[in-house]
Amino acid sequence: MRNSQSLLTISIIGFGAVGQGVATIVQNVPRIKVVAIADSKGVALMPDLKDVLARKRGGQPIANSNLTALDVIRTVDHDVVVEVTPTNIHGGEPGLTHVREALKNKRCVVTSNKGPLVAAFDELTQLAHTNGVALRYEATVGGAMPIVNLIRDTLAGARVLDIRGVLNGTCNYILTRMAEEALDYDQVLSEAQDMGIAEADPTYDVAGIDTACKVIILANAFFGRNATFADVDVTGIDRITQDALQLARQRGFAVKLVGDVQELAVSPKLIPIGHPLNVSGTLNAASILTDTAGEITVAGKGAGSIETASAILSDILSLMRDRS
Amino acid sequence: MRISMDLELQDTPGQLKHVLTPISDLGGNIASIVHHHDKKTFRNTVPVSVIFDIEEQTLEELQDGLEQNGVTVVRIGKMRLRARTHILLIGHIIHTDLRDTIDEIDGTGFAEVQDLSLSMPAIDGPSSAIITIMATGDEELKKSIGILRQIAERKDLLIIEPLDERGSPGGVSNEE
Ligand SMILES: NC(=O)c1ccc[n+]([C@@H]2O[C@H](COP(=O)([O-])OP(=O)(O)OC[C@H]3O[C@@H](n4cnc5c(N)ncnc54)[C@H](OP(=O)(O)O)[C@@H]3O)[C@@H](O)[C@H]2O)c1
Repeated sequence: MRNSQSLLTISIIGFGAVGQGVATIVQNVPRIKVVAIADSKGVALMPDLKDVLARKRGGQPIANSNLTALDVIRTVDHDVVVEVTPTNIHGGEPGLTHVREALKNKRCVVTSNKGPLVAAFDELTQLAHTNGVALRYEATVGGAMPIVNLIRDTLAGARVLDIRGVLNGTCNYILTRMAEEALDYDQVLSEAQDMGIAEADPTYDVAGIDTACKVIILANAFFGRNATFADVDVTGIDRITQDALQLARQRGFAVKLVGDVQELAVSPKLIPIGHPLNVSGTLNAASILTDTAGEITVAGKGAGSIETASAILSDILSLMRDRS
Repeated sequence: MRISMDLELQDTPGQLKHVLTPISDLGGNIASIVHHHDKKTFRNTVPVSVIFDIEEQTLEELQDGLEQNGVTVVRIGKMRLRARTHILLIGHIIHTDLRDTIDEIDGTGFAEVQDLSLSMPAIDGPSSAIITIMATGDEELKKSIGILRQIAERKDLLIIEPLDERGSPGGVSNEE
């Protein structure tokens, strides 16, 4: 990296829940400097973080320049592009161009955006490699729950044989509430929408698309599969009834939407009530099968502004460590 | 208990009743019968394999009965249904379909549906069922799940299988 050893300069591209979370938590990290923040309408250069967060929360524009997000990525001198625009599973834009341009300009990328990685995983990792910069994406899978770096760093000595997980908090919330409160699917879905746990159009979550994206990212990262969306066999949770959950429960099972990375499959599964993957509410969990370390299960918050930002910060900090 | 028997019958018409009658007289239930006409023995008998469920303590009596009828009992195998799984079905499950499904699995001779709970909340709403399938081994269990998958696909049912246990694919849990 070109800048001084002591200071890491970053841009935040996308200023929604996650972007604001990142801006909030990096305020407390002395060696990180935010040089620009972009939302869909414009760019704040050399922003005062408190001020820009207040403006955004108050619904005011944040822009103080005529630059676009791409201008920032291409021309403003900095080390790391934090790409946190919306996930688009059809082609990955605008994130894909942001990530490509950042890497071409020899900036590291830290992202929570699944779109670019689902659309062009191999191309992007290659591009990062050729340009000698890092592409880190812990936050794309499991939010605050460590998985990508856990496997890459902590479990570096073991061979990963399979990864399976409950990777979508919205589905998990719906299934948990239906089972525990004996409520119908539609009822719980509306409740989740009210609480901001589910989107107005819940398809992306309940049809298993989000889980499939995470399966693709893990399959590409750890099994070299170069998979895209069409390769995954996906069944969602929208046909599951409350009675079915009660029947399962009577026999000692919960139903969870499970992503199986080796199989490239997403489908509801019966999970014994006492099983470590049987996490409730919006929690995520993943179970990693290795040759030497056996099976390791992690669980944690799969979404949320600050939670996801914490995973992004851990990627940024590890870039700092790599540099020194 | 599930029993598999290899028998030899005289190659003349009407021999099968000498096998079926003693089994059903003792309360047995036939799951499958195969005639191996192509493997006729030098004694001019035809090997037959029969799979049936019967109380274990009647076995000796059954063997006597078969031999009195001129049937040679070559081998008696006690099949233990060791592998077990549960499957959840959701959709417009019609009773007759379910019966067919169960019959198809029971008819394999290596697996059977042991337990069924059905829940039909509304007339035109989807219903749900959970079944337990027992099979003689893991492979057989996988085969019967395969049958169920085909049926589910044909009838547009959502089937939910257990998470595979590591090391024994197919959602199998072994029990003695
Ligand atoms: N929220 C979570 O808990 C969570 C967890 C894990 C991963 N993720 C992923 O993280 C990413 C961000 O999520 P989020 O919840 O923060 O989304 P969000 O609240 O919808 O925010 C998206 C932000 O991107 C901005 N944006 C859209 N198009 C842009 C463009 N062309 N150039 C610059 N900025 C643009 C939007 O601008 P405006 O403000 O002007 O609309 C908005 O600020 C998504 O890819 C999501 O899948 C989110």
